[in-house]
Amino acid sequence: MDYLVQLFQSLTVQALAPSTAAFAIAAIGLNVHFGFAGLLNIGQAAFLLLGAYGFAISIDRGLPLFAAVLVALLCALLFAFILGLPTLKLRGDYLAIVTISAAEIIRMVGRSSILTDLTGGSNGITGNTYNGPFQALSPLPDGSTQILWFDYDNNGVNGWWIRIVGWGLVGVFLLLIWALARSPWGRLLKGIREDEDAVRSLGKNVYSYKLQALVLGGLIGAVAGIIYVLPSSVQPDGLGRSTTFFIYTALLLGGAATVFGPVLGAILFFVMRLLIQSLAQSFIPDSIMSTQQTVQFSYVLVGVALMCLIIFRPQGILGNKKELSFSV
Amino acid sequence: MILVPTNTPPLRSSRSVRVGRRHSLVVLASMLMLGLLATIVSLAFAPGAASAATSSTCTVDATTGCIQGTLFTSDRKPAEGVTITAKPDSGDALTGTSNAAGKWAIPVKTAGTYTVSLDESTLPSGQYLANAATNDRKVQVSLGSQAGTLFQLSTTKGATIDNNNSGNDFSWQRFAQQLMSGIRLGLLLALAAIGLSLVYGTTGLQSFAHGEQVTLGGLLAYTFANVLGLNLILAAIITVVISAATGFAQDAFIWKPLRKKGLSLTQLMIVTIGLSIALQYAFQYFYGAATVRIQTANPKVVTIAGVTLTVQSYVAMGISILVLGGAAFFLLRTRTGRATRAVSDNPALAAASGIDVDRIIRLVWTVAAGLAGLSGVMLGLVLNGVNWQTGLQILLLIFAAVTLGGLGTAFGALVGSMIVGIIVELTNLVLPGDFKYATALFILIIILLFRPQGIFGRRERIG
Repeated sequence: MDYLVQLFQSLTVQALAPSTAAFAIAAIGLNVHFGFAGLLNIGQAAFLLLGAYGFAISIDRGLPLFAAVLVALLCALLFAFILGLPTLKLRGDYLAIVTISAAEIIRMVGRSSILTDLTGGSNGITGNTYNGPFQALSPLPDGSTQILWFDYDNNGVNGWWIRIVGWGLVGVFLLLIWALARSPWGRLLKGIREDEDAVRSLGKNVYSYKLQALVLGGLIGAVAGIIYVLPSSVQPDGLGRSTTFFIYTALLLGGAATVFGPVLGAILFFVMRLLIQSLAQSFIPDSIMSTQQTVQFSYVLVGVALMCLIIFRPQGILGNKKELSFSV
Repeated sequence: MILVPTNTPPLRSSRSVRVGRRHSLVVLASMLMLGLLATIVSLAFAPGAASAATSSTCTVDATTGCIQGTLFTSDRKPAEGVTITAKPDSGDALTGTSNAAGKWAIPVKTAGTYTVSLDESTLPSGQYLANAATNDRKVQVSLGSQAGTLFQLSTTKGATIDNNNSGNDFSWQRFAQQLMSGIRLGLLLALAAIGLSLVYGTTGLQSFAHGEQVTLGGLLAYTFANVLGLNLILAAIITVVISAATGFAQDAFIWKPLRKKGLSLTQLMIVTIGLSIALQYAFQYFYGAATVRIQTANPKVVTIAGVTLTVQSYVAMGISILVLGGAAFFLLRTRTGRATRAVSDNPALAAASGIDVDRIIRLVWTVAAGLAGLSGVMLGLVLNGVNWQTGLQILLLIFAAVTLGGLGTAFGALVGSMIVGIIVELTNLVLPGDFKYATALFILIIILLFRPQGIFGRRERIG
């Protein structure tokens, strides 16, 4: 019984962690690309990384918090234009190759030794160089608060303040997407996803709408990147291809093209992975599977889950199969 | 067996003069002891090596890190018998001696920062350490990895050599060396790229799991050749057969049923991403995250016309050319090969003219996986190591090669691979090594901007 309570507590702690909130926001952004506009962006992690770099470096150079956020958004905006302008006229799988390549370029350049002064090279940027202004903004009193088994510092690096802001932003973006999805703009995006030529025949500039979607999703991704690195540090290798793939898994799990799907998917992704890992750790003897191997085992299952999801339930948990045809 | 330096290194002399003669005797005595210890230690960790070379070899494993480098005299000849000391922040200093090839290596058992210094009194006559101010340098080393540091020699005492531009110094010799490495990389990429391109041509699918097929080849070769101790050629053959079998099985159990189920290409692409994640972590599960070597012996090098490559590289290039020639013959001259190209051109038309499209696709998957496996074996030999992300790292280069040549065209993939391989290696001439893959990907993006169909592709494919 004790074991079950403990397991439940650790799972809920993981479900509400800032990194889960960041993943949820990143998935909301990807949902604008993939779910609504049908753009196969396999470089979402680069938007996160650019947001994180833009934010961390600006603050380190002495800019105030809001200017730093603006710089982060500007980086993502530029990146979206550079990516989108040449490729959105091409077929979907070209966008896929370009986005994944561009994301890798950002990561490789970020971790290169030449830029050590700026990006910290492969070591990245430690959290304490940029999270000060954010913590100073907190209206919470000092000390720590315990609600049920959630016990954190109010203003700590990884405390209540970042959780409140992170999940608050999730709420804001959910509201935004909910409003956009039922607006004429959202309907047009879905139209592009289903049949580009039909929308074009109505006299709409498909290219421009696709670019708008790419920019919006990218900006949301940059915000996710800031939330992701605030409680930890900027690690270029921690925001590589795998991150994008995990965001995809979360999105498809919850349900692409739905409003709540990305958030549900992100929470489930982290909780299920931790659950598998914990169960494997507790019930499979070390001689068969070492602690290290339980982590890898859980990620093998993530990969298998992604395959099974897209094959058997491409609409995810919340989605409507009729709405989504995935014909890029 | 070289024990210790017989006198205090010159750079320390200023200090020893200050502390007096008695102290320097103590230092000398302790260094004698340390040197003896270091020699015993290095003997213990260089099994079977000849006596003089004991401290010039070092094999990285989970509990050993190596500080190493190669010493050349000012006229680029190996400098033999030079003693190098590595002193940890706390604890005993370790020494190493350069061998006949000028190579020295110091195995360390504790990670941390070491002060590495060269004993100038052991240098060949007429040679002096350049940039002597940097003799006592800090080198960070962690277990299971190598840390390199280079000492430069000069014919004048106290010379300084400005290294700021040495990375950019252009010489035809360096150009030839990088070009050859580029051709080598291009040939190995081509093996994997042709398969990927044929799969794309016949099914329209971009497989993100193709890199893992390459890794699988390398790791299987490691299993058979190193763990089970089979003959390398036999191991390579078994590896290719098993790799091909995985391609066959993949098509039989995953791709054909999914084609029949009518999944869209986007869905299939995401399936390959899932497969790629699952395989990557499965490799880590079974082989761990460390780099393993197919052949443990240090590779021999051969210099032809000023270009130095390992023997394995020459053999790998030869095999690649033979296999690529075979593939070209198959595609151009055999009935099945022509059928493959027909399916690649237009599956519906091919089916209408009596070609069994499913059989061709099965064959293409099998051959593609087999070629990727072979590429993995040879990459493992050429790079002298393979780990779970070997394939992951070159997957994007393969994509770049295939796109550059023209998606779905086998010969485009070959040309694209050669171009990408050469660009990647030539980048090193002007930019630091960090950028070499980034350049290839940047060129990929530029190509898509101006000629999205690639060199040999046709306009209608890009839709």
